[in-house]
Amino acid sequence: MASADAHFREKVRWHPLEIAFWLCTLLPFVVTPNYLSLASQIAITALFALSLDLILGYAGIVSLGHAAFFGVGAYAAGLLAKHYWGEPLAGLVVAAVAAGIVGYATSHIVVRFRHLALIMLTMGLGLLLHEAANSASGLTGGADGLQGVRVGSLFGFRFDMFGRTAYAYSLAVLFLCFLVCRRIIHSPFGLALRGIRENATRMPAIGAPSLAHLRKAYTIAAVMAGIAGALLTHTTSTVSLETLSFGRSADVLVILILGGAGRLYGGIIGAIIYMVARDQFSGINPQYWYFWIGLLLVAVVMFLPNGILGGLGALYKKSK
Amino acid sequence: MAQDIALELPQGVRYALIGPNGAGKTTLMNLMTGMLRPDSGQIFLSGEEITSLKPDARVKRGLARTFQINTLFPQLSALESVTLSVLEREGISRTWWQGLPAYGSAIDEAHAILQSLKIPPTRETRELPYGQQRLLEIALALATRPRVLLLDEPAAGVPKDESAALFDAIANLSRELTILFIEHDMDVVLRFASRIIVMVGGRILVEGTPDEIAHDARVHEVYLGKSHAAA
Amino acid sequence: MLSSLATVLFDGFAYGMLLFLLSVGLSVTLGMMNFVNLAHCSFAMVGGYATVTMVSKFGWSFFATLPMAFLAGAAVALLLEKLLFKKLYRASDLDQCLLTIGIVFVSIATFAWFYTTEQQSVPAPFPRDQPISFLGMSFGRYRAFLIVAGLAITGVLILLLEKTRFGAQVRAAVDNQRMARGLGIDVDRAFMFTFALGGGLAGLGGALSIEVVGLDPSFALAFLVYVLIVVAVGGLGSIGGSFAAAVVLGISDMAGKYYFPWLGAFVIYLVMVALLMWRPAGLFGKR
Repeated sequence: MASADAHFREKVRWHPLEIAFWLCTLLPFVVTPNYLSLASQIAITALFALSLDLILGYAGIVSLGHAAFFGVGAYAAGLLAKHYWGEPLAGLVVAAVAAGIVGYATSHIVVRFRHLALIMLTMGLGLLLHEAANSASGLTGGADGLQGVRVGSLFGFRFDMFGRTAYAYSLAVLFLCFLVCRRIIHSPFGLALRGIRENATRMPAIGAPSLAHLRKAYTIAAVMAGIAGALLTHTTSTVSLETLSFGRSADVLVILILGGAGRLYGGIIGAIIYMVARDQFSGINPQYWYFWIGLLLVAVVMFLPNGILGGLGALYKKSK
Repeated sequence: MAQDIALELPQGVRYALIGPNGAGKTTLMNLMTGMLRPDSGQIFLSGEEITSLKPDARVKRGLARTFQINTLFPQLSALESVTLSVLEREGISRTWWQGLPAYGSAIDEAHAILQSLKIPPTRETRELPYGQQRLLEIALALATRPRVLLLDEPAAGVPKDESAALFDAIANLSRELTILFIEHDMDVVLRFASRIIVMVGGRILVEGTPDEIAHDARVHEVYLGKSHAAA
Repeated sequence: MLSSLATVLFDGFAYGMLLFLLSVGLSVTLGMMNFVNLAHCSFAMVGGYATVTMVSKFGWSFFATLPMAFLAGAAVALLLEKLLFKKLYRASDLDQCLLTIGIVFVSIATFAWFYTTEQQSVPAPFPRDQPISFLGMSFGRYRAFLIVAGLAITGVLILLLEKTRFGAQVRAAVDNQRMARGLGIDVDRAFMFTFALGGGLAGLGGALSIEVVGLDPSFALAFLVYVLIVVAVGGLGSIGGSFAAAVVLGISDMAGKYYFPWLGAFVIYLVMVALLMWRPAGLFGKR
């Protein structure tokens, strides 16, 4: 039935704004060549936020410990580069596998919980990993971070202080992962995830193996977060303990909520705004930065619960 | 609370489960679908024991239910919801690399179910009127191709002007389906049920044809002798 | 050997009393309204800074400031409940979590602005070099005071809960909110008082902690984890559970720091994760 298919087809089609957006991501090369390092960091954060969106925005898993996978990926890539092989793409693969394994293992526990227990469990697992990495300073460098990470060149291009390689690399990986995410969202699996988010009780009643679905989503999200962590290692040639911290988990949550969860682009928009703002206000004492972030969070929850994209979407609907 | 239930539902029969509030009707339904675990006893579906099976496994074996309070997917459209049900049934929901438009037959099947129940397909569930949401409850269950269908107060809260569509839908349900529905409205019960089960205080009081039940003295006492009448 | 064990138990118990004061309010309000208030330790911070201000600026004695710390915590809690939290009782966990984290950030920054990030301290409430001698072992006076105070407050709370009508209302609301409302109990008002009481106890706990762990703006986050552990392990809505969990946690933490300093907080987090997995509703909780 043509009209029935159309209902699904129109959601899968690329909107001109999307194409325009991705073309604009190439602008920094030309327009702001001095800010390519920042642009790389934004791309990395966007990928991290995108991975959180998969479980939070689409499957409804509230995680306060997603940095665990980011950090695992970062350290995996760093350790590989330091001890064995500086090739970045190999680092990506190792990071993805490492984060995926940790994600898969913890998913068996995590998906059985909801509400406060879930929030606490994810936070607890994150803190646990952070403490473990802190203690295992022989391996990880502890609080000083991993030193001596030598990242090789990517297809002959070195990672230099101009940041061109870094940004091209981060952007390309972000885009590829974005394509994968987009595919997932518009697939039967994506529909099942949204079903779980919309009504977890109904899913078993239509024969859905919810826990299996959630484990899969959690693992995929862990892999993507790990890749983002590896990108950070490659573009900065260091790994710090902070990549596993609660602060990073909280930050990415704020970023995703700011942009709007469950809308695919929310994490990217949030990352752009957050990182640019932080860069602009970097002169200010970090204490005061958190004052405004806190206020922003309160404002978003009270007045703009679906983030910026949600607000824009509502405005758009009203204007029709 | 439900106790000492011994029940057999032959194929194709339409049962109504009635009884005062708190009699244990929904509890029984939850036990049958696996949302509650029994302390003792066994449950069989078409000869196969399902007592230890989780709810989704029972659905896969042909036991579907609807909920008394709408348990739908608010932001999904009706078509998305029913398509999801079909995809889950077919085991396709694990696929993440292929877009939804590729599954035309599943979408068509969902669309056909919605059309037979006269539910508009593309609006978000939360925008549908209450009566159509009740119908969507049934649509979701039908999409699983059940052999046994449990309806928990399908007409609950449906305004008079929307109930005709609902009753038409129930009347048009396949004769091969075994149906058990919980209802308080005796008109509905007498119209659709070929047999009636009466539950009181967690136990089955009596089972029989509508005629037998209508003349049973104990049922009279439960419904008319005491002040909380169901009809 | 024995004396160090006794010290660990004693100090751990005292620390447990602090954790109890900081956590009990959150446990009960979570059990009543299911409102995820991650800003609970900000109330503690308010109490702590109130005490510091009174002592340093107004020259009050430490003990005189304690009621003020309680009132400060209660007042801020009440204010936030009326202005913001009330609107989010039906909101999702995520929204509640985000809102209260936002409040935490704001509170940390606010106190950093007014008091800087330096550690705060108060003049020793008891002379620090005069421990109590008992059975040949010496015990700190302040910690002894904490234990006595903690037990006394626990006793008062239990009396409040078991013997007063207010307590009965709270117990009913924790047990089954819908039914409590159906019985005509003004659950919202009971909750308001409970929330204020919890905030006050946290404020008191914050003031009492200064001598033991110090005070700086990161307190609101640093202790949040411990508080959540106590609440999760002890069960929502349970005073007895919070007490037991706080004592266990306090002693474990002391023992860990004393006997296995290289493990750090690892053990605590592991215990929490393991316990959560075993009993998602906590050891004594209802859900």
